[in-house]
Amino acid sequence: MKTILVGLGTCGISAGGEKVFRALQEELREHPGAFELKETGCIGMCYREPLVEVIDGDERHLYAEVTPERIGRIVEEDVLGDQTIDEWLALAEGQAEGFFDNQVRIVLRNSGIIDPGSIEEYIARDGYRAVTKALKEMTPEQVIGDVLASGLRGRGGGGFPTGKKWEFTRASAGDKKYIICNADEGDPGAFMDRSVLESDPHSVLEGMMIAGYAIGADEAYIYCRAEYPKAIARLRQAISQAQRKGLLGENILDTGFRFHIKIKEGAGAFVCGEETALIASIEGRRGMPRFRPPFPAVSGLWGKPTNINNVETFANVPWIILHGGAAYAAYGTENSKGTKVFAMAGKVRRTGLIEVPMGLTIRSIIFDVCGGIIDDKRFKAVQMGGPSGGCIPAELCDIPVDYQEVNKTGAIMGSGGLIVMDETTCMVDVAKFFLTFTQSESCGKCTFCRIGTKRMLEILERITEGQGTMDDLDNLEELSEQIRAASLCGLGQTAPNPVITTLKYFRDEYVAHIVDKKCPAHVCTPLLTYTINDLCNGCTACARACPTAAITGERKGMHVIDQDLCIKCGKCFTVCRFDAVVKD
Amino acid sequence: MAEQHNDEFKQFNVDLWKFDGHEGALIPLLQSAQDTYGYVPEKAMHYISHVTGIPAAEIYGVVTFYAQFRTRPLGKNIIRVCNGTACHVNGVKMLYDTLQEELGINYEETTEDGVFSLVSVACLGCCSLAPVLTINGEVFGRLTAAKTRKIIREFKTRTKATE
Repeated sequence: MKTILVGLGTCGISAGGEKVFRALQEELREHPGAFELKETGCIGMCYREPLVEVIDGDERHLYAEVTPERIGRIVEEDVLGDQTIDEWLALAEGQAEGFFDNQVRIVLRNSGIIDPGSIEEYIARDGYRAVTKALKEMTPEQVIGDVLASGLRGRGGGGFPTGKKWEFTRASAGDKKYIICNADEGDPGAFMDRSVLESDPHSVLEGMMIAGYAIGADEAYIYCRAEYPKAIARLRQAISQAQRKGLLGENILDTGFRFHIKIKEGAGAFVCGEETALIASIEGRRGMPRFRPPFPAVSGLWGKPTNINNVETFANVPWIILHGGAAYAAYGTENSKGTKVFAMAGKVRRTGLIEVPMGLTIRSIIFDVCGGIIDDKRFKAVQMGGPSGGCIPAELCDIPVDYQEVNKTGAIMGSGGLIVMDETTCMVDVAKFFLTFTQSESCGKCTFCRIGTKRMLEILERITEGQGTMDDLDNLEELSEQIRAASLCGLGQTAPNPVITTLKYFRDEYVAHIVDKKCPAHVCTPLLTYTINDLCNGCTACARACPTAAITGERKGMHVIDQDLCIKCGKCFTVCRFDAVVKD
Repeated sequence: MAEQHNDEFKQFNVDLWKFDGHEGALIPLLQSAQDTYGYVPEKAMHYISHVTGIPAAEIYGVVTFYAQFRTRPLGKNIIRVCNGTACHVNGVKMLYDTLQEELGINYEETTEDGVFSLVSVACLGCCSLAPVLTINGEVFGRLTAAKTRKIIREFKTRTKATE
């Protein structure tokens, strides 16, 4: 019997996946037993959602941009009639060349393939075999040895070697230890962890169990953002399934190993992604970072040794234990092993979720995997690492994805958000955007982070309003250094990065704002002027749309904008159908 | 004293707040209070303080620290505008301007008739549909000014019809 899979991750649902699913249920009532209907997570092609896959043995037809109206034909022709509908296929010629070929899917090995609500489907794809192997055939030291050999580094952004972290926590004195999974994915533009939790929750649970065995912990918490209701629901379901199967709880697989996992919902504070703040939040307090050392590996949750890893890190672990550290280390570069998941967004054709081997160049990710820039506009920069990261200009994008190489540019690998920017993106505005974010998310503990980011933001606001001076640039650089040096946690230490990198690579844009009072990308409203050129045929659309009556002119005659009255709302530009309104 | 407190707080559905005496229960308790009332009323903070022994001032500190908690009720329809990077790059300003024009309120405000609240959120995670907003949890993506206006007007009519 054929199986139909519907992608119902958050991206699929927001594109209308649930309506498609209901239409298929309707069809199933009409043709009972004609096919098996299942949901799945994120296959990564968010730009083509809703996605529906018809599976017949080894043959798989992936249909893109499916609407409820298209379901009838898909069932009629493909499912019942064995006729592929070529024009709707997601992988048809010229549609997705290079999208999957350049990927290596380890973390995403099950995403978009299995039903995340079924533990059986996870088990059928080698699920829980790694933890069985670890518990029955390996000592905790051997497990840590394998993770060390794999070269896996913390995928949350820090990049600290995972095996080393486990070693430290194992070596800490104390009989009570904790595992924490950091699922507080707060970077704007990042959705890797959410997709993994929604698409393959058991892989994260299994990774946590292996970590628990390795360091000697019997209790674990998953700290997940409350903004991810679907991920939380999936986790709850997965935990109770694993408990029923005896894979979580007491005496797991008759080995005497006990392990319990609890979910803690975050309450909306970006700083809680920092490990000591996260611990404070689980303990029920304000999520404020504290001084380290002692590191959580020595004194963490309730003062006990605690090992914190990110979702993606844990999802890698079962694969590493099953295939060996060396197999994982075979991918990547000298210093950065394995693969990395990236959330692609911004001005790129194929937005979505990808997993590539370390060492692939950034340019290759954007052009080979993700199909280049929308409307073939000029590729300007890529923002990596969220508010802690920086903008890498197009001319440096031949560097490989590698912790050291990325750091050299002033950006950081970060958790995996990649925002692609083209000529219509203003770099000063981007810096201002990130600083607005960090400024409002600063917990307020360190003076430099609390007040310094505020002062920097004020300067950037001045510049984008055309009130900046050249001295402002020196002040920005000086403040950046001070905030970096005098902040306790990663949030403050890295907050100036977006400003530092844009100042370094796009100084001319800052200068254009300050000296010429122009925004080259035409983004900063106060610096724009709207004029009407001789393509105007006097249709009066702009004059009627103008809220301040700044546009005058006879019908069928050329119109003029009174610059003193113009509030630069851009309405005339939007309504003009003759390209007569010019923005500069 | 305790009995007097219980009387006073009877109106709060006590059963919904499961306190197991475990440390770290404060945030889940506040979350369930907010689930029940739509915001965290001052009385709820006093009640939680009474049950857990945590000083009310400390509870207030936690409530105001986290973005999720509100100390005032919201309107009937909650519009959450995504301010993530992808939405920012793809025109969230246009979205905000349109909403402001239609509703006459800024972020974190509620219309006088209590029909709409406008909230700015960090990232809804549907970056490929940017710019995005949600109304009462329903996602609207790839928005233009015209599309946004249409959606808001539909909600206005719908809310009036149910009144």
